[in-house]
Amino acid sequence: MSLYQVQKFLYDMNRDPGMQQKFRADLPGLLAAYDLDAEERAAIENRDIGLIYVLGANGQLLMHYAAFLGMPWADYIAAMRAGVSRHGPVRAGVYSMTTGLDERVADV
Amino acid sequence: MSLVFAGVCSHAPGITGRAHMADPAVMREFHDAYRGMAAELAAARPDVLIVIAAEHFANFFMNNMPAFAVGMAHSYQGPIEDPQWIGIPRTQIPGNAALSQRLIRDMMQTVDLSYAEEWKFDHGIMVPLSFLTPRYDLPVIPMNINCQGPPLAPLHRAWALGEALRRAADLAPERIAVVGTGGISHWPATPDSGKINEPWDREFLRRWEANDKPALLSYSDEDTLSEAGQGGFEIRTFISVAAAARGRGRVQHYRPIPIFAVGCTVATMDIGY
Repeated sequence: MSLYQVQKFLYDMNRDPGMQQKFRADLPGLLAAYDLDAEERAAIENRDIGLIYVLGANGQLLMHYAAFLGMPWADYIAAMRAGVSRHGPVRAGVYSMTTGLDERVADV
Repeated sequence: MSLVFAGVCSHAPGITGRAHMADPAVMREFHDAYRGMAAELAAARPDVLIVIAAEHFANFFMNNMPAFAVGMAHSYQGPIEDPQWIGIPRTQIPGNAALSQRLIRDMMQTVDLSYAEEWKFDHGIMVPLSFLTPRYDLPVIPMNINCQGPPLAPLHRAWALGEALRRAADLAPERIAVVGTGGISHWPATPDSGKINEPWDREFLRRWEANDKPALLSYSDEDTLSEAGQGGFEIRTFISVAAAARGRGRVQHYRPIPIFAVGCTVATMDIGY
């Protein structure tokens, strides 16, 4: 459990164009600099927004990261719901889901 | 010269980035109110705009998180987000480093601050600027209140920050405008995005318009989280503006727009003496 490291990775990615280039060229090499456990590393390597959300990553970090990945808004919201459906409630932080899995808040 | 303008406004990235997904008439009414605020700001002929923002890990992280930070750069860049996603092109925004230094030095008489000569603006500043100074020609000094990574500064410290800003501004010859940006109740960046507690928002804005300090400072973070979401922590920016302006507020626009994830707000406050 190294949620801080997951969030540090997202923070670095979101603000560093050099990291963003390396993300596309050599993601495993990039992740070697972060002390992640296997689940966290896999979540990032698989671009699994839903699992990163469930791990407890701050929503703002995750939202900017999803934008970098080019995810349309509705896909981003759906990915987080799918993550909760698959992996259970958000495990840490203040960005937990308070609405139902079948609710479409804001029609999304 | 001190303050010549004070106001607060919403900054949610959907306001610009998801404009195409909103009801056009509802969006137009809000955008028109925002442009009305821009006209009031311009009429005040400010030399500089101080934006009291609640950034979202664009510059500050839990490795070294300041409760309060003030920009001290000659210029800034933004948005940090993907420009297409947020609907705002990347640009340079002029600062005023000399004024920043004076304000920081004076504010430090009563409030401990971090300062930063590097600062990348995220949606918390860029969305307001895209309406208020769309040519990015007015020098900006960013201030930040940590509303993201708890523990957060208590509300009475956000008030003290606003008081310190006012004292510092009163010593400056420049014409200074201040704008606070943030959501009121909202649950952004989650599957709850679009959930808005309108009665909570309206009560908060009533207290803000009255500049009722005890009532504004009476919220606990626990209650705010449960009733107004983690986005509700951003009331700190509105509270700082009320402390700096010392006047009565007027809400020009408030309406929940769920696809923008927030009760969209435009409000100004008289400058009291």
